[in-house]
Amino acid sequence: MSDKSHEYGLEKISSGIDGFDDITAGGLPLRRTTLLMGGPGCGKTVLALQILVGSALRAGTPGIFVAFEENAQRVAGNAETFGWDMRELQKTRIHFIDARMSSDAVKTGAFDLTGLLAGLEAKATEMGAKVIVFDAIDVLLGLLDDPAAECHELYRLHDWLMRHELTGILTTKIEGDQPGTAQRYGFMPFMADCVVLLSQHVTDRVTVRAIRVLKYRGSAHVLNEVPFVIGPAGVEVGSSNGVHPEPQPFNERISTGIEQLDTMLSGGLYRGTNMLITGSSGTGKTTLAGAFIEAACRRGERALFISFDENAKDIVRDLGTVNLDLAPPLASGLLRMESVRTEASSSEEHFMRIKRIIAEHEPRCVVIDPLSALARVGGGLAARAAAERLIYLCRNAGITVLFTSLLEGSDPHLETTTMHVSTLSDSWLQLSYALEDGERNRTVSIIKSRGSKHSNQQRELIFDETGLTLGDPLVPEVSTTSAGEGGK
Amino acid sequence: MSAPDHPGGAYVFRLYLAGGAPNSVRALANLYAICRKHFPESHRIEIVDVLKEPLRALAEAILVTPTVVKLSPAPEQQIIGNLSDEEEVLRALGLPQGERK
Repeated sequence: MSDKSHEYGLEKISSGIDGFDDITAGGLPLRRTTLLMGGPGCGKTVLALQILVGSALRAGTPGIFVAFEENAQRVAGNAETFGWDMRELQKTRIHFIDARMSSDAVKTGAFDLTGLLAGLEAKATEMGAKVIVFDAIDVLLGLLDDPAAECHELYRLHDWLMRHELTGILTTKIEGDQPGTAQRYGFMPFMADCVVLLSQHVTDRVTVRAIRVLKYRGSAHVLNEVPFVIGPAGVEVGSSNGVHPEPQPFNERISTGIEQLDTMLSGGLYRGTNMLITGSSGTGKTTLAGAFIEAACRRGERALFISFDENAKDIVRDLGTVNLDLAPPLASGLLRMESVRTEASSSEEHFMRIKRIIAEHEPRCVVIDPLSALARVGGGLAARAAAERLIYLCRNAGITVLFTSLLEGSDPHLETTTMHVSTLSDSWLQLSYALEDGERNRTVSIIKSRGSKHSNQQRELIFDETGLTLGDPLVPEVSTTSAGEGGK
Repeated sequence: MSAPDHPGGAYVFRLYLAGGAPNSVRALANLYAICRKHFPESHRIEIVDVLKEPLRALAEAILVTPTVVKLSPAPEQQIIGNLSDEEEVLRALGLPQGERK
């Protein structure tokens, strides 16, 4: 926290959540009031607590958490599940106040919040608190049961915060996602300097959470709704301001795991780029991905294989039949394999999870098999956004990624109708079957390869116990290669 | 400021108020009036000014002022507000109409 004079311009306090700081252009307004609104279970309490805990941990800023609805000790207990040591924090920097009104208290005649504010003032002075969370302020105001009094008391609270130069975080329930219909508390957003709306909706039986900054007095902010998740370490907001540092391009080429394919690509993939492999079921997408990962491990590079809806053990066994042995790198820890259930989470949660795994394992090569699984739940747009961020994330980290995408028909361009990921890909391989002499053979062709020459031949893909090889170019008549971009 | 002590079956109240705030002043007057009228021989009122003892109010979970707590006879009962409605206060104190003086 800064001690600079705050009369000149708006100072901010970091939320400690990268994506949240992105959409608020730096965090919450310092010594002002922020309102977090949302329906029940939207994550208001967790977000408020996380900001409070974060500033206590990072900057040593003492703070107070006033719980009007939940048992304060239970809130602190829940926070422990996110790995924050509340017991230690509560000794020194964070004070919880259980401010639930006794359920059998009887109300008769007018009253106000003077008592609470006097108490808080003394406590804040005693511990030097700079941040105060009022969780479920609607419950407190509901006691008043009179719109004029509610408005009056809220302004009293706001004035009190301003007078004591405290950064206030208020949370309030709203019904539905429409802040305008926040009914009786319609005056709340006018008072606050920063208003953030949290929402959740269910798509394909999976809950998708979203966050949006409704207003931010005196500051720029992202207008769009952005997805967020509540993961094992608390709230993670998918960043979204679209500004990505331009990574340094690599000139190094790395092998796809198949020598002849490297030749077709003029020497392999550029490091830090990505390759998309499309094909219908059984064309060998996972096997090709396996060859790429196996080659990476043979070079001694850390690698990560994320498979949706398929067990890692099954993949290792199947790859063993084509002489790709992933067991040694798995055992040594060089390779990490993660098997994910598609329907267990939204695309956003999948993205956050993959991001975490990448941060933990620090791979140089990653396989996501198939990326199209992201689109199975939670809607195409969200999936596309998640895929895009995943690709940027890897590109910025210099990670080479191979992702597969299932194709339902035979036309590779049909793929573009589902997630449009092909437009994000640097290289694009199409696998299919060719009928020749009554045989059904796997074939591979390169649809595009940015920044390098590539062969436009369609060639047979041969899997046997010695490994993966390519056959001679097929005759043009059976070619299904489309003239994709970059194809020369 | 307390009324004379009447042990044994006495009504004991603790009134949390905020200095001379209008609602607090009104609550004090209303509580005195009710006590004098209904239990003239046996009541005691303890006053806590939250502006003078702010940490105590917080520790005792007093959110709004004025708040009056009936400590005795059991059970404890909290009444918030300026006590302007006498009937409601008596009902909250568990004093059925028939038993009132």
